[in-house]
Amino acid sequence: MSKIVKNVEEAIRDVNDGATIMFGGFGLCGIPENSIAALVRKGVKGLTCISNNAGVDNFGLGLLLQKHQIKKMIASYVGENAEFERQMLSGEMEVELVPQGTLATRCMAAGYGMPAIFTPAGVGTEVAQGKEVRKFTFNGVEKEYLMEYAFDADFAIVKAWKGDTEGNLIYRATARNFNPVMAMAGKITIAEVEHLVQPGELDPDHIHTPGIYVHRIFQGEKFEKRIEQRTVRKK
Amino acid sequence: MLDKNGIAKRIAREVKDGMYVNLGIGIPTLVANYIPEGIHVTLQSENGILGMGPFPFEGEEDADFINAGKQTVTLLPGSSIFDSATSFGMIRAQKVDLTILGAMEVSEQGDIASWKIPGKMVKGMGGAMDLVASAKNIIVAMQHVNKAGESKLLSKCTLPLTGVKCIKRIVTEMAVLDVTPQGFKLLELAPGVSVEQVKNATAGRLIAEGNIPEMKID
Repeated sequence: MSKIVKNVEEAIRDVNDGATIMFGGFGLCGIPENSIAALVRKGVKGLTCISNNAGVDNFGLGLLLQKHQIKKMIASYVGENAEFERQMLSGEMEVELVPQGTLATRCMAAGYGMPAIFTPAGVGTEVAQGKEVRKFTFNGVEKEYLMEYAFDADFAIVKAWKGDTEGNLIYRATARNFNPVMAMAGKITIAEVEHLVQPGELDPDHIHTPGIYVHRIFQGEKFEKRIEQRTVRKK
Repeated sequence: MLDKNGIAKRIAREVKDGMYVNLGIGIPTLVANYIPEGIHVTLQSENGILGMGPFPFEGEEDADFINAGKQTVTLLPGSSIFDSATSFGMIRAQKVDLTILGAMEVSEQGDIASWKIPGKMVKGMGGAMDLVASAKNIIVAMQHVNKAGESKLLSKCTLPLTGVKCIKRIVTEMAVLDVTPQGFKLLELAPGVSVEQVKNATAGRLIAEGNIPEMKID
């Protein structure tokens, strides 16, 4: 059975109202922009989105926000999006803020087949409310740790630089970020790539995500790759 | 009184040869500009870089190369790239030697609040909770008082916490202070600042013993 889908619409064909979806990316870097645009066009609603950030007002997940397609957002940092802040403070959208390392590790745990992790992040803060706290002596130091559950997502949608028809993926520079751990964590993982190549064209030693984790792959039609903070120095 | 760059310059003196250092957004980012010559430091950016370099030259910026503040950056020779789980793995496992970050409030117990003003501003904690929960050595870079003129060094934080009993040193435009069991211990004064001024700007317990030296910056 081929993992190649002919376009983004086919890739997201069964993403329906109420789905829980992980989106790779950090800020606007390494986000699956073709899939986000297609979800906006499809008009699916009531989504639970797991993503480090929530895009900006007119790009990335901000596009889904504008159309009120997100019911709940699970993220670590949402500072760059005024519409997000508005929907959160008004209670239109449910928001779960998760420490960034906890977010990444909850993805990783899902991909590694582990139901939960223990982390010191958030102990003694409101993040710990209602969660099991346990003391461990680790590296000779006794400390409190929070139990955090692995994510349970219907879909993971990731963006890679190169992928082959077997689903093997290679990311480029910091566009890697959450993509590999989310790719491992979806019940169905959809990868959009800048370059789709034939088996044998990628060096097996250089694969970041083994194809076993990827169910559908396609070459994105167009990548805008918008820069959020253009910082430069003079020559 | 120091400006932001002055605070960054003073903190740069805390950086030692061979350290792996994570710099937060704002004043901490400026520290990279003032690392003394001859000191080799590797900067960690929690979105997945070890060996972060300066901003790119005009026209050479690349959307795939950003830091944790989403700014375009470059990589130095010998750098490496990794995923977010690995990045926080090395933070949790205390491989990163020094963390420098900003704060809205710090308490005399070393608690820090930096991510939320209930009902007003909610940006999220990003990686700050993970960093403060695990780092061996944390320096807070911040202004001594907020925009309303209220002290940010308190006996107890009023805002939701980022971490508990984790801050050891604070550098502000007025002073260098350590968090001790007795309170904020005044270590150094910025040029032109008196002990009295620091006392007035500090709501928590301040310990000023003996002659407090002036900060060395350059």
